[in-house]
Amino acid sequence: MAAPLTLLLLVAVTIRAALFRSSLSELIAERVEVVSPLTAWKRVIEGLALLDLGVSPYSGDVFHETPLIIYLFHFVVDYAEITFMLADVITAVALYLAVKDYNKQVFRKQKFALEADRYPLDCLELIRSPKEMYYIPLKVAMFYLLNPFTILSCVAKSTCGLNNAVIALFILSTIKGNVLLSAIFLSLATYQSIYPLTLCAPALLYLMQRQYIPVNFRRASFWWFIVQYAFMYLGSLFVIICLSFFLLGSWDYLPSVYGFILSVPDLTPNIGLFWYFFAEMFEHFRLFFLCVFQINVFFYTIPLSIKLKEHPVFLIFMQLAVISIFKSYPTVGDIALYLAFLPVWSHLHRFLRNIFLVSCVLLACSALFPVLWHLWIYAGSANSNFYYAITLLFNVAQILLVSDYFYAFLRREHHLTYGLYLKRKDGSEATLVLK
Amino acid sequence: MGLLSDPNRRRALISLLTRLNTPICLVCYMAGVAWFMGLAFEPFTLRTYMSENAMGSTMVEERFPAGERALATGREFAAHKKKVGGMPVDWLVKTMQARGLEVFTQSFSRTLPFPDENKERYMVKGTNVYGILRAPRAPRTEALVLSAPCSPGDNNQAVGLLLGLAQYFRNQIYWAKDIIFLVNEHDLIGMQAWLEGYHHTNTTGMDWSPLQGRGGSIQAALSLELSSDVITSLDLVLEGLNGQLPNLDLANLFYAFCQKIGVLCTIQGKLQRNDWDSVSGYSHAVQTMMLMVMKQASGRPWGDHGLFLRYHIEAATIKGINSFRQYKTDATTIGRLLEGMYRKLNNLLERLHQSYFFYLMPSLSHFVSIGYYMPAFGLLTVILLLRALDLWVQLATPPTRTEDGVADIEQSSPGVLSVLTPLVISHLTGVALYTLPIRFQEMAVEHFPVSETEAVVLTAIAVYTAGLALPHNTHRFLSGEGTEQGWRVLKLVAVLYLAVLLGCTALINFSLGFILALTLVPVAAFVTPHIPKVLSAFILVILSPACTLLFSVFFFQELQEMPVSFQDGWLLYLSVISQGILDHFLYGSLVYPLIALLVYPCWLLFWNILFWK
Repeated sequence: MAAPLTLLLLVAVTIRAALFRSSLSELIAERVEVVSPLTAWKRVIEGLALLDLGVSPYSGDVFHETPLIIYLFHFVVDYAEITFMLADVITAVALYLAVKDYNKQVFRKQKFALEADRYPLDCLELIRSPKEMYYIPLKVAMFYLLNPFTILSCVAKSTCGLNNAVIALFILSTIKGNVLLSAIFLSLATYQSIYPLTLCAPALLYLMQRQYIPVNFRRASFWWFIVQYAFMYLGSLFVIICLSFFLLGSWDYLPSVYGFILSVPDLTPNIGLFWYFFAEMFEHFRLFFLCVFQINVFFYTIPLSIKLKEHPVFLIFMQLAVISIFKSYPTVGDIALYLAFLPVWSHLHRFLRNIFLVSCVLLACSALFPVLWHLWIYAGSANSNFYYAITLLFNVAQILLVSDYFYAFLRREHHLTYGLYLKRKDGSEATLVLK
Repeated sequence: MGLLSDPNRRRALISLLTRLNTPICLVCYMAGVAWFMGLAFEPFTLRTYMSENAMGSTMVEERFPAGERALATGREFAAHKKKVGGMPVDWLVKTMQARGLEVFTQSFSRTLPFPDENKERYMVKGTNVYGILRAPRAPRTEALVLSAPCSPGDNNQAVGLLLGLAQYFRNQIYWAKDIIFLVNEHDLIGMQAWLEGYHHTNTTGMDWSPLQGRGGSIQAALSLELSSDVITSLDLVLEGLNGQLPNLDLANLFYAFCQKIGVLCTIQGKLQRNDWDSVSGYSHAVQTMMLMVMKQASGRPWGDHGLFLRYHIEAATIKGINSFRQYKTDATTIGRLLEGMYRKLNNLLERLHQSYFFYLMPSLSHFVSIGYYMPAFGLLTVILLLRALDLWVQLATPPTRTEDGVADIEQSSPGVLSVLTPLVISHLTGVALYTLPIRFQEMAVEHFPVSETEAVVLTAIAVYTAGLALPHNTHRFLSGEGTEQGWRVLKLVAVLYLAVLLGCTALINFSLGFILALTLVPVAAFVTPHIPKVLSAFILVILSPACTLLFSVFFFQELQEMPVSFQDGWLLYLSVISQGILDHFLYGSLVYPLIALLVYPCWLLFWNILFWK
């Protein structure tokens, strides 16, 4: 499997390198769908210039990336293109290895269940074969590397690619069962953009599952594990934050990065839901709705972890999707990360209901973004409502996509316990209805 | 979400849509066409009304007296133009200065990618002269433009009137915006140079000297074309680059003043008629609207105003027409009309934005807004979505169990490669169509007895035709891939691709999107590998983008009541292609790249499906 992966990496890097050299890269780097105020390369350059002048990079209202990023680019700014390509490659390889490991576990678990005769007889067609699972890791890497969203994001040098790499490494170390590395990468991801904080729930569930610790509030071992993980997580977060402080010599970055993410002062249009809403709102409601919108991102963690506590990897996928839909400055790079997981759930395809509609809408919206932007900003004949309508549709489609996968996953689990062809009490064929 | 989540109702809906797919598609197509034709019927359209308050309620009095003197100036200009053999720059500078304007010149040069045979130019060098009348009443942050092209033929009266108005405006004290009087040489090329210089942009790689003087941000512009001392009617031209239109209020303003002063006004050269309930009245309105649709679809600027629209400036061209009607209007009246329009524009507090930007006009007093014409297009696109749904259902459920979602899928599903190869090959053909004509003109001129322009056009046609032969070969590369599933997947991709493409086109340029939809949607709907090859190949070629263009040329001539023979029509067709390519390279019109890089490859996909083995 190494050869196809290498080939894939070569193709992906070639595409990116070619695009970096073309005139398109400047155009792409300006697109609001691809770069947000947080991740724009232009702003990183501005921050670097300020840093070189001996001024705090956060003194203006331009730069909002974290200090570690700016110090990283302080050293590698001349090799920025390579850095971003490398980040994409790391993400893809990490996801590849993680999914490979995960599939192995899924298969082992399925084997045990089969041997224990836990599946009903008519469910045999739901059982996954090693043949179909063989190419899934490669497909995941391909979905990430060749996804136009990722390519755009990389060519625009959006720092979102680096965040994705950190999250992918977190997923890899979690799935490999390395508690310390998992906590470190999670804290790094949190440090980058706060929202990955919610990923600690699936990480905990997964690691406990792996170490055979029951999820039970009355058990001491459960609490002891949580304390251990929290200690490692908070400890590394503390170290990173202090490191940033010592690098910069001031706490300027806290309000400028995290305040900026949480209070959403920059209402530049993007593919998210915040900008239009907060641009239209009366000032005195702002705080209230800010809280509502931000809590929205974190809120789904609780019900989802309860429902999916047996399936933490699917929970990771759900959480990534929720974050990328509801975060304050989403870009297409965030979407690309959770889209990369879709091949892992390819066995759910038969239960998906709206996939055709949703993929049509997603495709159409992706094409309409630049068109309506052109009509609004350059031609002046359309206005922001047109653009926001498409944003709204795009997000609704994403939510439908995610909830469709959620439904399909639960339904498959249901069939695995109760049999595929359900009968009503009177013996006629039954259908499942989601209400 | 009841409809989407209840499996029984979903199944009922989907089976209804797949069973009745063909009839529904036919009904949708006819309904779309009927809806579109209905748009010209007067009771279905809205009357135009002035939305902008600043221009609506205030009264202005027009007093421009000096029409005769303006015509005399025009004659003097003509004499000087003849003497110099081009733009009489020195005379213009002197005359404008004498009228109290700040006068500046801008020189520019541009080598066309290939010679323009219609206007007989290749290496263009010229000078723009413009004078700024500074606003006495307000900070000079905003400006209005009045321009007249200095063309080799006529249009001297327009320059004369422009100078006359400059002199008159100079003596008035109520101007709150700078007024820029511009005489541009080499029509659109000069205009392009001036606008790029004014806004400090350079999008097309033209050489021009930077502007020495500048007014505020331009709010509105009018371009004037007059070629006789008296005129019978004034024609308003709205269509700009890429089918962009100025705000409807500008048209309303023109119409309101024509009514007030009593000048006959036309749009698309068609007078307004009052007998909408008669057949001839309706067909007159249809003709007017179709002319607008054709002009808009062409994506080229139909007057010198066309390039202003790109910079967010509302602009229109006013053309004086002298036909053999009894009713004549002299230069003084036209001057008064322009004075009135500029005084109203002078009252603007913000850019024109209140009224519509997306509209069609079946007559100058009636318009069809986007909400009314989009359903016509929507009905056509629905066909594509229905076909896609049908294909999806066919692909997803081979005849097996019907339980919602539970059905075994696995046949040998077609490889990604069998879809990707045609896609890539047809797009490469598109890229060839886009790049080769310009690249190979020199080589073609060396080896064949043709001029450069002919070389470009003929290469384009050759590449286009060669593309038809290509797709036969695409699946020879992947022998054994031509399965039933294979073409269905390819068609699904192609249909969705076409739907998105047409949707985006229609948003930017409705007319182009609609005309393409009219011809490409039937192709997309009916093509399969199992229909009679020869007949359907013929239909496919007839409905291909190039033939659509050919028919459009004839249809346009017919609409303008200037029918041409097939021979002349063919020559016209060739010149239209060369003009389209030139428009792209000179002004950045998007129609040529759109057709070459996207629409044509998409059509090739359907061609490929027809010959699927």
